[in-house]
Amino acid sequence: MNPRYFPLAATIAIFIVAYAVCIGQYPNMLSTRVIGNLLTDNAFLGIAAVGMTFVILSGGIDLSIGAVIAFTGVFLAVLLEKTSIHPLVAFALALAITTAFGALMGAIIHHLEMPPFIVTLAGMFLARGMAFVLSIDSIPIKHPFYATLKGIYYKLPGGGRITFIGGLMLVVFAAGILIAHRTRFGANVYALGGGAPTARLMGVPIGRTTILIYALSGFLAGLSGIVFSLYTSAGYSLATVGVELDAIAAVVIGGTLLTGGSGFVAGTLVGILIQGLIQTYITFDGSLSSWWTKILIGLLLFAFILLQKGLIHLTDRRRRHA
Amino acid sequence: MTSTLKAYAVRLFPQVAALVVILLMVSFAFPDFFRLEMQNGRLYGSLIDILNRGAPVALLAIGMTVVIATKGIDLSVGAVMAICGAVAAACITSGYGLVGTLLVTLGTGILCGLWNGVLVAVLDIQPIIATLVLMVAGRGIAQLITEGAILTFNDPGLIFIGSGSLLGLPMPVVIWLVFGLVVSLVVRRTALGMLIEALGVNRRASMLSGVSTGVLLIAAYVLCGLCAAIAGIIAAADIRGADANNAGLWLELDAILAVVVGGNSLLGGRFSIAASLLGALIIQSVNTGILLSGFPPEFNLIIKAAIIVLILVIQSPRAQSAFVFLSRSQGAAPAKTEEEAK
Repeated sequence: MNPRYFPLAATIAIFIVAYAVCIGQYPNMLSTRVIGNLLTDNAFLGIAAVGMTFVILSGGIDLSIGAVIAFTGVFLAVLLEKTSIHPLVAFALALAITTAFGALMGAIIHHLEMPPFIVTLAGMFLARGMAFVLSIDSIPIKHPFYATLKGIYYKLPGGGRITFIGGLMLVVFAAGILIAHRTRFGANVYALGGGAPTARLMGVPIGRTTILIYALSGFLAGLSGIVFSLYTSAGYSLATVGVELDAIAAVVIGGTLLTGGSGFVAGTLVGILIQGLIQTYITFDGSLSSWWTKILIGLLLFAFILLQKGLIHLTDRRRRHA
Repeated sequence: MTSTLKAYAVRLFPQVAALVVILLMVSFAFPDFFRLEMQNGRLYGSLIDILNRGAPVALLAIGMTVVIATKGIDLSVGAVMAICGAVAAACITSGYGLVGTLLVTLGTGILCGLWNGVLVAVLDIQPIIATLVLMVAGRGIAQLITEGAILTFNDPGLIFIGSGSLLGLPMPVVIWLVFGLVVSLVVRRTALGMLIEALGVNRRASMLSGVSTGVLLIAAYVLCGLCAAIAGIIAAADIRGADANNAGLWLELDAILAVVVGGNSLLGGRFSIAASLLGALIIQSVNTGILLSGFPPEFNLIIKAAIIVLILVIQSPRAQSAFVFLSRSQGAAPAKTEEEAK
């Protein structure tokens, strides 16, 4: 097998083994209801993580997504409360703003040659600050269209439901996989992650690709914000603090190299599902406290970093001998 | 001697100027800003308050400066603060005594730093990811120690560290001033500082020229862990309890910001601890200033973001080369280049 696929295979194996262990202990976990809830509960995180996968594949990082999700939620809530425009128009407005915000960060990163870490950190402060300025209270969203959207679901055999937001996450993942592996933009992202000077020599438009990557991340963070507002039916400026860390963890557990250039969007989905599975297990168990989630995710993160390190070491040696 | 002083003045000028401008702006909005009072042998006033509230970030900035100078970064300091606060509270409530508690807590911080350092130096993992592990898991560990509750304590010795005073200054201020001075002297009066800079500029080259880069790298992260431990003790002593969820939350970002505002490059190399400490004071002055001048606190983050972007744009390589170009071509269409720089 191509060593490129090792991390992805390891992630999928861990997920299957973990799920089997869970079922062994709680047979009820083998129901489509649990799977449906797994998708619904992690929909916003998954959509944001697709954007994060592209950013990390290109060798960058985006710390602003949690704040952008919160901003989108508050923006929608305020807009729907104060004006009478249709939610779909509000969605379009929110997506336009967050996409432009991401593109602006990308432009600053490229044109001012500043590290993505600091630029997106400033972006995080700015987006969170904008959310605070819009409203510091939690605003409920009572528009009937929200109820309609939440009522859409596909019934699985066994009583489970794939809700609108859970399905949307799967669609976004499918689109992400297509963009990453079947378009020129996707190839450019991988090339950029392999090394900017090499990519430039290959004729990759560095500036345009960088701006597009962060615009895509902003767009998906906005979409994630819409999903989160559907999920909670409210907008709150202190919501989704630290989601960027969960997203980064999911991307790494999904087998993407944090140095960029290697990884799969599909791996991120499994990474999200593993995190969701740990939480579901803790809920089922009842006696374990929620902080074990953090410790287990930290340990998984560490294990995957070691695995990647070992793989790079192996392939390097093989290349040297060849 | 005068030449070194002059070099210092040139290096620290932008930070000092920024601090003075911010303080003056606040004093326009809040006239009593510069007033200091002596009460019960302790100074009171807004300026002292800035020094006091800025203590955790200032302490973290000391360690972060050294780590960033090695071309690294430590994201885990906030979580380490939470762990150390929890350890301190757990030790003092189970009767270890003040000295024992402090030793165990500082030891915990050093252990956390050692873990990060080994990951970065021995296993050769990117610093941002290596420290991410502890950042994610750290708060869980802290909650494990406090068992999810806020552990309170009322040991007068430990509380003194958070709210006592020495020589008229609050104890946290004394601690960060002394610690900053000691670390600056250690790195600047020996060759250590230069070796760290060499390591940050080119690790391989400095290894080939005989610098034991592994030990130095680990030492940098250990120092960062130690700083986080002290900051954690102060934060816990200040509220007389260990809050695993909120102690040091997002302070790693403030500390990195302080280092960047202090004019240190995130790409490693030349560093100045004094400048980072000034950076920490600038951040705290902005925070306190916004509160005092009656702005709604909601604007706090936006103003902070605007200041960061401004400082970063001034420091960015493009703007720097534009400045050089401007000073060379003395007024030959300067307006245009300035626009390009933006």
